[in-house]
Amino acid sequence: MEKKEKESVTGVENKWEHEKGKAPVLEVEDLTVSFGMYYKGLRRRELEVLHRLSLTVYAGEIMAVIGASGSGKSVLAHAVLGILPGNAAVQGEMRYQGGAYGEKEQKRLRGKEIVLIPQSVDYLDPLMRVGRQVRGVRGSKKMQENVFERYGLSENVDRLYPWELSGGMARRVLISAAEMEKARLVVADEPTPGLNEEMAEETMKSFRQMAERGCGVLLITHDIDLAFRSADRIAVFYAGTVVEEALTEDFQSGGAALRHPYSRAFLDALPQNGFRPIPGSQPYAGNLPKGCLFADRCPMRSEACGREIKMREVRGGRVRCIRDEI
Amino acid sequence: MTYVRYLGRTVFRMLSLLIAVSVLSFVLMEAAPIDPMTAYIGTDSALSEEAKEEIAEHWSLKDPPVRRFAAWAENFLQGDWGDSITFKRPVKTVILERFRYSVWLMLAAWTLSGILGYVLGLAAAVRRGSLGDRIIKTLCLVLQSAPTFWIGLLILSLFAVKLRWFPIGLAAPMGKLADEITLADRIYHMILPALTLSVLGIGKITLYTRQKMLEIMESDFILFARARGESMAQIVLRHGIRNTLMPAITLQFASFSELFGGAALAESVFSYPGIGSALTAAGLNADVPLLLGIAVFSAVFVFAGNLAANLLYMILDPRIREASAR
Ligand code: SF4
Repeated sequence: MEKKEKESVTGVENKWEHEKGKAPVLEVEDLTVSFGMYYKGLRRRELEVLHRLSLTVYAGEIMAVIGASGSGKSVLAHAVLGILPGNAAVQGEMRYQGGAYGEKEQKRLRGKEIVLIPQSVDYLDPLMRVGRQVRGVRGSKKMQENVFERYGLSENVDRLYPWELSGGMARRVLISAAEMEKARLVVADEPTPGLNEEMAEETMKSFRQMAERGCGVLLITHDIDLAFRSADRIAVFYAGTVVEEALTEDFQSGGAALRHPYSRAFLDALPQNGFRPIPGSQPYAGNLPKGCLFADRCPMRSEACGREIKMREVRGGRVRCIRDEI
Repeated sequence: MTYVRYLGRTVFRMLSLLIAVSVLSFVLMEAAPIDPMTAYIGTDSALSEEAKEEIAEHWSLKDPPVRRFAAWAENFLQGDWGDSITFKRPVKTVILERFRYSVWLMLAAWTLSGILGYVLGLAAAVRRGSLGDRIIKTLCLVLQSAPTFWIGLLILSLFAVKLRWFPIGLAAPMGKLADEITLADRIYHMILPALTLSVLGIGKITLYTRQKMLEIMESDFILFARARGESMAQIVLRHGIRNTLMPAITLQFASFSELFGGAALAESVFSYPGIGSALTAAGLNADVPLLLGIAVFSAVFVFAGNLAANLLYMILDPRIREASAR
């Protein structure tokens, strides 16, 4: 989408871009990922796990994607890296640092400029010593030692097996693996499950350092508090799509600044806000409604919501909702 | 520490197994409609009455079965395994002599099926769903369910009778003097029975390796390896083999019982003078002393295979090794 066009539609430039003058590292436009499943034995059925998802990550920022656990957020991480399983069909467009980012580029860039920080040590080979895994296929011993030192990992960690690491060590090892490369985009998929407050803080500090070096950090998490505390911007994930992209401040200021009804409902459902969940549940990926994915639970639904809803700019954020007075 | 405990337990298990095997074999013989005397000296014996008396005395043949078993066990432990009716020589001599032939045959077949099966299994898993994979899978299933005897006859009629590439049977050219027989002669005669025997074992190891490798390929750490930019070849070499070789070797050791059973049939088809054909001959001639001897001997053999499998796992798998070192 041309920037001029955006301006003419909304009259507002993207606030982030405007304020900090940062360039996008990753732009995802209408990304749809579906899996071919065999339903009741014979009938092949498409499960749309991601549905026209749009998202931008700028250099130097932490962009958090938040959403309920088990709602397919990991698929987004895998799609960005191009490591989806063979039965996945991908549609839509992605751009990396302004240029084309297709299968060929993914293959060339992943593990180098675009790195993944996985959830846990389950993502390490249980039979290979940690040092060798952190070095990977390109890293040198020297580099690995430097990174270990920077992350306060003692030399003998090198010779340990993944299952011998404590929770905190494991986290640092996984980040070290990402730090072996000069990454431009870091994709962290639920990087803090089961970590105590202190370790989660430490992890986020590492991400902040990466961002300050100019990396774009895409943080995928169900931990809303964590996102509130550490992200620059937040994207709200619902039924396989991003319904709103907004500055973290918009969430912290009580929700009035938010643009999408689901974002507000999400905020209201938090324990600290009185735990007022809205009725209903997310639509099933194999049976998505035609228009707005939130329509069946939205109190402000109208006739027009059954049509295709486009992502649009509102007050320096982006939202997928057609209401006029947002 | 754990090693010692493990070994102690294993030796205990082995002893109880041996007792069980010998008791069971003895009971089965007892149930067969053969007069104990005939069982020990055969039907066409030309022994004098005194000699028969002596034998009956030595093996307590006139006593009830329990006493007879005790007498056999006592003699057996003292190294007197009795005389084979079929071969008219001490059972121990027959077994050891025959085993010398069998051990090379089994070793050759075991190694061949192990290496070939492992490589085929890996290849099939890496190219999952391809034509090659489907051919390998089908072939293995066919081989697994086909009787050894039938495969042996097929190989015999094709390579020995029709093509005349290999001899029809025996372990050495007929009519050659024992000290004229060369190593090449022996190998030449061993090829077909070894081939038959390895065909028997290859299906199991191939399918197992394929299955194991498929499981590994689905695991999170392979996903992460891909995310870090490792190529398929690097993934197989770095993680695939590391995680599948040990289980495959263990399975191969644990399949000693099939190997022994298969050898009995393969040797009979090729009239190869190993312990397997001795077993068949002993069965056909109701050669009780030899049958009992081979039963105990094979139990030890199979048990040694299982023990080797378990010990290997303990020594080579770092998860068990380092846990027991603590
Ligand atoms: S598009 Fe309509 S149904 Fe969907 S969130 Fe907006 S108002 Fe509600």
